[in-house]
Amino acid sequence: MGQEFNPKIITFACNWCSYAAADLAGVSRVQYPPSMKIIRVMCSGGINPNYILKAFERGADGVLVSG
Amino acid sequence: MSKETLAFYEEPRIGVFVCDCGSNIAGHLDCSQVAEYAETLPHVVYVKENLYTCSESGIVEIQKGIKDHNLNRVVVASCSPRTHHPLFSSSCAEAGLNPYLFEMVNIRDQCSWVHMGKRDNATHKAKELVRMGVAKSAGLEPQEEIESSLIRKILVIGGGVAGMSAAQALAGMNLEVILVEKSSQYGGLLRQVNTLDTGEDALESVQALAGEISTQEHIKGYLSSEVRDVSGYIGNYDVRINTPDGEVADKVGCIVVATGAVSLIPEGLFEYDGKQVVSMMELEQQLKHNDLSAKRVVFIQCAGARNEQREYCSRICCMMAVKNAMLIKEKYPLTDVQVLYRDMQMYGTHKEQMLWNARGMGVRFHVYDPADPPRVAGGNVSFYQSVTNEEVSLETDLTVLSTPLVPRSDAGTIANMLRVPTDQNGFFLEAHAKLRPLDFAADGIFVCGSGRYPATSVEAKTQGIGVASRVAAILFKDKLVKSAIVAKIHPESCVGCMACLSMCPYEAISYNPELRVCEINEILCKGCGNCAATCPSHSAELKGYKAEQLLAQIGAL
Ligand SMILES: Cc1cc2nc3c(=O)[nH]c(=O)nc-3n(C[C@H](O)[C@H](O)[C@H](O)COP(=O)(O)OP(=O)(O)OC[C@H]3O[C@@H](n4cnc5c(N)ncnc54)[C@H](O)[C@@H]3O)c2cc1C
Ligand code: SF4
Ligand code: SF4
Ligand code: SF4
Repeated sequence: MGQEFNPKIITFACNWCSYAAADLAGVSRVQYPPSMKIIRVMCSGGINPNYILKAFERGADGVLVSG
Repeated sequence: MSKETLAFYEEPRIGVFVCDCGSNIAGHLDCSQVAEYAETLPHVVYVKENLYTCSESGIVEIQKGIKDHNLNRVVVASCSPRTHHPLFSSSCAEAGLNPYLFEMVNIRDQCSWVHMGKRDNATHKAKELVRMGVAKSAGLEPQEEIESSLIRKILVIGGGVAGMSAAQALAGMNLEVILVEKSSQYGGLLRQVNTLDTGEDALESVQALAGEISTQEHIKGYLSSEVRDVSGYIGNYDVRINTPDGEVADKVGCIVVATGAVSLIPEGLFEYDGKQVVSMMELEQQLKHNDLSAKRVVFIQCAGARNEQREYCSRICCMMAVKNAMLIKEKYPLTDVQVLYRDMQMYGTHKEQMLWNARGMGVRFHVYDPADPPRVAGGNVSFYQSVTNEEVSLETDLTVLSTPLVPRSDAGTIANMLRVPTDQNGFFLEAHAKLRPLDFAADGIFVCGSGRYPATSVEAKTQGIGVASRVAAILFKDKLVKSAIVAKIHPESCVGCMACLSMCPYEAISYNPELRVCEINEILCKGCGNCAATCPSHSAELKGYKAEQLLAQIGAL
């Protein structure tokens, strides 16, 4: 039996909406897998495609852009 | 910033402060392990675990760390930067560290609180987040806050009760006001209204206010005038006004929109003819001139409102109908008054009481069904009364249509000129209905009165005074200080393609045809970074979020 697949997910979250929503998830104690990490940006429109490629290069299984 | 100061920052000396947040963080992950791990990271020279980093003793620890260990970067791993970044960065500044060399890692809201009962995993994630934050912080650069001057003068557009109240309150604080009114007199809609619901004479009340305005030395009023052009930004707007004596140019620091609304003319509704079937405003005129001869009056509420074309409730027309029904009963007690309504919008204790009083005076109220609205024919209004399940027919001499306030036809032109939004109905749209009800999203521009949404005169006045305090909070500062997190364009590499210009949502970028490059207005820039993500030559960058800094953070994944 192989190991359970725990995808590494990187989220780029807009400071004004999604990042705030992630904080709200915390305040509400919503539980999600620890393999997901959030990087704060000031606007999802400011995400350079290189950031996404870099995340994959560093071993991310999925990249979420949220804004 | 001088070369020597910059040199100090070149070799990073990073201090990391790991917060337990009582048991909020330490209860769900191992903060001591995270702190131990932080010590092993590149450039980290000092690490401290605190029970509460945001407490006074926690802040002192950071400031002491900066001094004792000559730190030139500080990372706090704790709660959310959305709430605590300002506190920590300003504490760094107090200890002499440029506040832009502070970085925050969120190990509470986005780690300990969301991975409860998974202590090892949460500890591991916290270490990774700290590693990423430290990597980003090493590349941070000191920034200087942006300062700009403020002109202590305000342009108020519209001289109704809202605009006059704002102007009066501002002038009362010794601020200079330019009041621009399109018509030849101040007072707005209330000039045509008969008696207010408070019993005051509407015209007299606005004339009293207009009298005070005209003797106020801080208010320069322009009647029969319109604002032609506005450019600039908060603190420094250039405005041009068309007046009967020619064009006037001036500079102001803030702008207030108080252009009001108009009463819908019920063309084509309920057999409106302006004689037997009139609008509420026409009834106000008849009452004013004492020429009401009707012995039987029927009001129809929501005439032209709350339908497919105009979904909103105008809020004030129910109060107007009750007010006038009572006035008729007072003056002509034998006149029969009936009100056909869908819902009576009588909010607040004063209006609620009015409704009771009207019932006591013999005004009769009947609900009608919007799917089967009243029919007006000749001297007769018929409708289906659901309570009794009957068709009711009322003989009438005068039918009064309660029509809503609607946006002015030129509201869109003003909105375009000031680059502020309107809602689906055409009223000006505030930045946030609950949190910033009198502000536009654009800094320095405010809205009050019926132009924002139908309001009573008391509400319009209150909003006008409210706007004055919003404006004063800005203009009484010595200067405008703004976060340095704005974009910058490197003119050496910019090719002037203007890709950034079209992407900027805040119109902060302009093209300089002489240098053939794009330039950023730092006051208008909101730091979204859209330009940086778009620029093909990587000439545009967002300070504090430069590609190198973000890539370092991602690289430390
Ligand atoms: C029939 C009727 C009865 C009413 N009865 C009552 C009542 O009993 N009690 C009560 O509290 N309220 C009553 N109201 C509501 C009252 O009229 C409003 O609350 C009030 O007019 C709102 O004031 P305002 O300053 O926001 O807008 P307005 O009164 O509409 O004033 C706006 C002003 O801006 C000017 N303007 C517009 N566009 C421009 C421009 N582009 N440039 C320069 N100037 C411009 C207009 O000429 C006008 O003078 C009644 C309204 C109606 C229609
Ligand atoms: S205030 Fe009354 S009459 Fe006016 S739209 Fe609302 S419910 Fe209809
Ligand atoms: S960062 Fe955003 S607001 Fe600032 S200039 Fe660039 S696109 Fe415009
Ligand atoms: S997108 Fe880049 S190269 Fe093009 S004008 Fe803007 S800053 Fe200059």
